[in-house]
Amino acid sequence: MAQMTMIQAITDAMRTELRNDPNVLVFGEDVGVNGGVFRATEGLQKEFGEDRVFDTPLAESGIGGLAVGLSLQGFRPVPEIQFFGFVFEVIDSISGQASRLRYRTGGKYNAPVTFRSPFGGGVHTPDMHADSLEGLMAQTPGVKVVIPSTPYDAKGLLISSIRDNDPVIFLEHMKLYRSFRQEVPEEEYTIPLGKADVKREGTDVSIITYGAMVHESLKAAEELEKEGFSAEVIDLRTVSPIDIETIIASVEKTGRAIVVQEAQKQAGIAANVVAEINDRAILSLEAPVLRVTAPDTVFAFPQAESVWLPNYKDVIETAKKVLTF
Amino acid sequence: MASKTQNAQLDAKKVLQAVEDQFQTLQILNEEGEVVNESAMPDLTDEQLQELMRRMVYTRILDQRSISLNRQGRLGFYAPTAGQEASQLASQFALEKEDFILPGYRDVPQIIWHGLPLYQAFLWSRGHFQGGQIPEGVNIAIPQIIIGAQYVQTAGVALGMKKRGAKAVAITYTGDGGTSQGDFYEGINFAGAFKAPAIFIVQNNRFAISTPVDKQSAAKTLAQKAIAAGIPGIQVDGMDPLAVYAATHDARVRAINGEGPTLIETLTYRYGPHTMAGDDPTRYRTADLDNEWEKKDPLVRFRKFLENKGIWSEEKENEVIEQAKEDIKEALKKADAAPKQKVTDLISIMHEEMPYNLKEQYEIYKEKESK
Repeated sequence: MAQMTMIQAITDAMRTELRNDPNVLVFGEDVGVNGGVFRATEGLQKEFGEDRVFDTPLAESGIGGLAVGLSLQGFRPVPEIQFFGFVFEVIDSISGQASRLRYRTGGKYNAPVTFRSPFGGGVHTPDMHADSLEGLMAQTPGVKVVIPSTPYDAKGLLISSIRDNDPVIFLEHMKLYRSFRQEVPEEEYTIPLGKADVKREGTDVSIITYGAMVHESLKAAEELEKEGFSAEVIDLRTVSPIDIETIIASVEKTGRAIVVQEAQKQAGIAANVVAEINDRAILSLEAPVLRVTAPDTVFAFPQAESVWLPNYKDVIETAKKVLTF
Repeated sequence: MASKTQNAQLDAKKVLQAVEDQFQTLQILNEEGEVVNESAMPDLTDEQLQELMRRMVYTRILDQRSISLNRQGRLGFYAPTAGQEASQLASQFALEKEDFILPGYRDVPQIIWHGLPLYQAFLWSRGHFQGGQIPEGVNIAIPQIIIGAQYVQTAGVALGMKKRGAKAVAITYTGDGGTSQGDFYEGINFAGAFKAPAIFIVQNNRFAISTPVDKQSAAKTLAQKAIAAGIPGIQVDGMDPLAVYAATHDARVRAINGEGPTLIETLTYRYGPHTMAGDDPTRYRTADLDNEWEKKDPLVRFRKFLENKGIWSEEKENEVIEQAKEDIKEALKKADAAPKQKVTDLISIMHEEMPYNLKEQYEIYKEKESK
């Protein structure tokens, strides 16, 4: 076992799959010699050569089209979108093309593409770098959306994403890249997509969350514990499709739930989780399911970012509302 | 106060003129079917010339039948092709089976001649997923609806071929309007940067639905857009099958030799409406313009050329027409025999494995569709 940051675990996952499968290609803006702007592809071009790990011209739609075209030639592309705020430039390739290839060809072709991309607030980026756009992606049928919250999960989930025969959007929260290290096996392992992880067990309230908010929620759970409340924290890990079994089992146990996301409130993942709980477990509920989210604005400029982003205090406050309902 | 221009460092007119001068239209057969450019004549046997004519005649009949079938409600989405036979079929004729075609929605004839069974083209038009179940060994994508998306994908297919060491090319088509898309430029630029074996064809049929080409761009030719990507571009008479063939053949040879992509602009015209979904070309085109272009008709000039060579006759042409009609009838029968497409088919095809929500929805629609 090695101590790894999340970004090291991500690099390790790509290295593992580049070794395992000659059809895996890693490409994007500055991923070659430079190793990516966050060093996610550090050393990969040196190890696997320019044929497998390569820089592209600076055009996201071109990168997406390249990925779809390479899929038609039997490759397994792992393109990087330098920041997920740039996804608007490539959304046709994702939502209009890769996701529809199976249906268009009656199952003859598939697009086993893993679009990797950094996102997430708290690191004072310029505009269009930090937005949580997973809700937008989750409304694209045919793609999976994966968001790891730990180094261990990141490696296992990324290997599974690359091996998946359908398109996967793999979103890496920038604040988590180097915020902590964790024991990560050097050998290969997978974590199934669509499977949540109970990061902390509890009996009084279910906190359903993902990404950086997992850590805010865990911190909140610790504080709640001091006040005598036992909170269960569920890390969705895959936000599309969500792991309905784990969510419902937890809600049936606790009878109370809140959903925490960094994204804006309207539509999105949290709203979907609430709706699914409503559909499937309403009679188990002792209180309405509430959400902790950012406000319904575009992502805040750095000056206002720290207040705009939800934090553990918001989680505690909302959890108490349902606990005392 | 007027600004001074006499000391300008850029002689704008001269620069633009120099670009324009590089893009003279390649023509081999004139409107009378006479060879006007002997040195550019492609190396085609009499049998190959006859085959190309056969395909153009066949496709003209297919177009006429498709239009009437659409009007009868027996076909779905259809974008007429008459007028563009040389541009479409002579370029496809320059390909080998292992070459990969990424068509736009008007480019159904090319993929049929590349191996897509006619009944599947009909099923595709009707909106049935079995139309897209491309048979093994037929190297095509399904016609692209988003203008330009096929251009960026072509860079990917061509790069894939290069990585595989295949002696093959990826070829794609768009129209004059398509060259205004960002994806057009990204596609040719990527393929150029990767020196990928690609051929990018722009069928300049003068109108993007109703918008004339001179409103698309200040560029005098569309072929010159290749310059910015650092790749060769050529403009050809798109009503001249031999010019289209020669340019595509050359581009293919260069691509196979590792010299990278080529942009080919074919000057052509669609006689019909944009699609059969209510477009009325009389709103944006004059009858004079239609007549002017119909005089350039590819079938007329190629027929004259072949007749002068003594290798084409009315009898031969009638045989092709009868064959086309017969094939269309058979293909329709086969398309009609396909089971009605179900929502459960769609649900089960979306992913390799159904997620929980689709599993549930599958059961709901299975129930609905069993009634």
